[in-house]
Amino acid sequence: MTKKETIERAERAKTKKAALGEDIAIDAYIVGKEHPSLNSLDEFPAEYQQDLLDAGIEPTEKDRSGSFLQRDCSVVFSTAKYPGLELMSTTDALKEHDWLKEYLWKAVPVDQDKYTAEVELGQTHGYFIRSEAGKKVTMPVQSCLFISSDKIGQKVHNIIIAEEDSELHIITGCSVSHAVNSALHLGVSEFYVKKGAKIKFTMIHNWSRGMEVRPRSAVMIEDEGTFISNYILMTPVKSLQMYPTAYCVGRNARATFQTIIYAHGDTKIDSGSRAVLRGEGSRSEIISRVIATDNAQVIARSDVIGEGTNAKGHIECRGLMLSDTAELDSIPELKATRKELDLSHEAAIGKVAEEEIQYLMARGLSEEEATSVIIRGFLNVDITGLPDALARETKKMFDMCLEKVM
Amino acid sequence: MLEIKDLTVEVEGKEIIRDLNLNIEEGEVHVLFGPNGCGKTTLLMTLLGFPCYKVTRGIITFKSVDITNLPTNERVKLGMGMSFQHPPEIRGVKLGDMVNIAQGRKEDEIDEDVIALAKRLNISIDFLNRDVNLGFSGGEVKRSEILQLLAQAPDFIMFDEPDSGVDVENIELIGKIMSELLDRNKMPSKRDKSGLIITHSGSIMRHIKADRAHVMLGGRIACSGMPYEITKNVMENGFERCVELCARSKEVDAE
Repeated sequence: MTKKETIERAERAKTKKAALGEDIAIDAYIVGKEHPSLNSLDEFPAEYQQDLLDAGIEPTEKDRSGSFLQRDCSVVFSTAKYPGLELMSTTDALKEHDWLKEYLWKAVPVDQDKYTAEVELGQTHGYFIRSEAGKKVTMPVQSCLFISSDKIGQKVHNIIIAEEDSELHIITGCSVSHAVNSALHLGVSEFYVKKGAKIKFTMIHNWSRGMEVRPRSAVMIEDEGTFISNYILMTPVKSLQMYPTAYCVGRNARATFQTIIYAHGDTKIDSGSRAVLRGEGSRSEIISRVIATDNAQVIARSDVIGEGTNAKGHIECRGLMLSDTAELDSIPELKATRKELDLSHEAAIGKVAEEEIQYLMARGLSEEEATSVIIRGFLNVDITGLPDALARETKKMFDMCLEKVM
Repeated sequence: MLEIKDLTVEVEGKEIIRDLNLNIEEGEVHVLFGPNGCGKTTLLMTLLGFPCYKVTRGIITFKSVDITNLPTNERVKLGMGMSFQHPPEIRGVKLGDMVNIAQGRKEDEIDEDVIALAKRLNISIDFLNRDVNLGFSGGEVKRSEILQLLAQAPDFIMFDEPDSGVDVENIELIGKIMSELLDRNKMPSKRDKSGLIITHSGSIMRHIKADRAHVMLGGRIACSGMPYEITKNVMENGFERCVELCARSKEVDAE
C-alpha cells in the first residue's frame, strides 16, 4: 500500500465510529506548543517527576537499557544505551529506515475507525523500538507518553520490532500532569515478534479524570515467538476503550495478556484482550482482574479465536465489586473454526467475603486492614514468564499504584 | 484466663447456646466433646467475636477484661488464637503472607524465620507460596492453621476439631506442636498458656494431655470431669450415655 493509498483510506474512515466505546469529538483537541529537548530525564520539570515515577518511569535511567519521553506532541528525550537496541521517535525511524514503512498499518488497519485514521492523518510521533536479530535486551527499555497541557490531543504511532531470536523487555507508562483537566490520547501500537523472538511488555496507565483514551494495539507473532503483556490501570479515567489483539500466526506462537484494573470514581472503561490463534500449536492465555468501586462502569472483554491445528487458549477473568453504584460486565468469548483445538474460559464476579475478613481479623488485622489484604490478594496475579528484575519492577509499580488507591 | 458466665448465644435468631458457664485458668487445657450441632463451634466463634454469633445474655471475661462486645482483632491482641476447622480460601494471599500477618509483621517476603517455623510442620517453601487454603487437603489445612498459631503465639488457643480429616502420622505431629503451643511439656506451675480443644472423635487426646474435659449437649455443658474418664466414656458409650453416667441431673458448672 503506497502512502497515498494509506492516506486515502484514512480519509475515508475519518468519520467512522469505533465498534465499541462512546464516540469522542477529536476536533476538540489541539496539538499545542513544541517542547524543548532534554539532555537527560532528570531535567524534566520537577513538578512532573512524580507523574513519571507513577507511570513506572525511572528518571535516573538506572537499570534501563534505553529511555524515551514524549511530552504532549514533542519527543523531548530518546536514548538507547544497549548494543543491538534501537530506540527513537517513529518519525526519525521512518527517515532512517526506508524499509520501516512496510510495517505501518500491517497489524492495525488504518481504517479500523476514526481514531486510527486520525493517527495517520494527524500523527504526532510515537516511539520506535527494535532489537536486532539474536540480541537479548533483557534490561527494560522505558518509554513514556506524557501529557502536560490542557486540551492536548496526543496521537502517537508506535512500532515495536523484535527481530529473529531477539528479546525485548519494555516498560511503558502513559501519564498526565495533575494540572490537565481534559486531554485525548490516541495510541496506535504495532508489535512484530519475529521467529523465535520474545517481547515482554508492561504498560502502566496513569490517567486522570479528564482523559479520553483510545489505544489501538495489535501484535503479529511468528513461529516460536512469545508476546507477554502486563497492563495496569489504577487511576481514574474519563473514558478508555481498547481491545489489543495478538495474532499468533506462526507455529507455536504464544501470547499472554494480564490485565489489572482498579476502576474508581466515575471511570468508564471498555477494555479487552483478544488472541487469534492461527498458527499450528499456538497458545494464548488471557488473565484479568477487575475491581469496580464508586460509580465506575467497566466492561471487561476477552476473546480467543481458534483457527490453527492444536491451538490452545484459556481465559480467566475475575471481578470484584466494592460498590452498589458501580457496574461490571465480564464478557469472555471463544470461537473455534476447526476440531483439533482446545479453548476454555472461566469468569467470576464476587465481593469481599465476610468470612475472609473475619479469618484475617482472627489473625490480628482490623477490618480495614483485612479488606486491604484481600483486595491486594485479588489483584495479585503471578506475573508469569517475567525475568526477576522485571517482575520485581512490575510488582513495585503495582504496589505503588495500589498504595495510592487504598 | 477465661471466664464465661451465663452465656446465651443466638445465630440468625435461633438460640444455640443457653446459660453456659465455663472457667479456664491460666496454664489449663480443656477439652470439649459433643455431637455435631451441639454448639461447640458456635461457642468458639462466639469467644472469638464473629459478628453473626449474637450474645443475648451473659458475660465473657478474658484476662480480666470484659470482651463480650469487643471486635475480633481486639480479642486477638489480648492474646486469643484459633485453629479453624474450615478456614476460607483467599485468592492471592499466600500461606507465607498469613504467617507474616499472624506474627504482626508488615513483611512482603517469606523470610528465614517463617521457613524455619514451617520446617517443623513439614511445610515446604512451595507450600508457603500457595494461596491460603486453596485446594489444601484436610491435613494441610490443620498444619497451615497450626503454623499460623506458632507465628502468632497466643496465650489462649482454641482448636476446632484439630484431628478431623488428618491421617495418623499427621495427628501425632499436630499433637506434638499443640502440646508445645500450650506449654504441656513444662511443669504445671510453669505453664502460662491455656487452651480449649473441640473434638468430635477424640483421637487427638492420645497425643495431648488435658486438665479437664466437658461434654456439650443441646447448647449446654452437660457433664464435666477428668479427661481420661470422659474420653473413655464418650468413646465407649457415646455422648448421651456418658452424660447419664456422669449421673448429674442438672447442668454442671464447669469449674
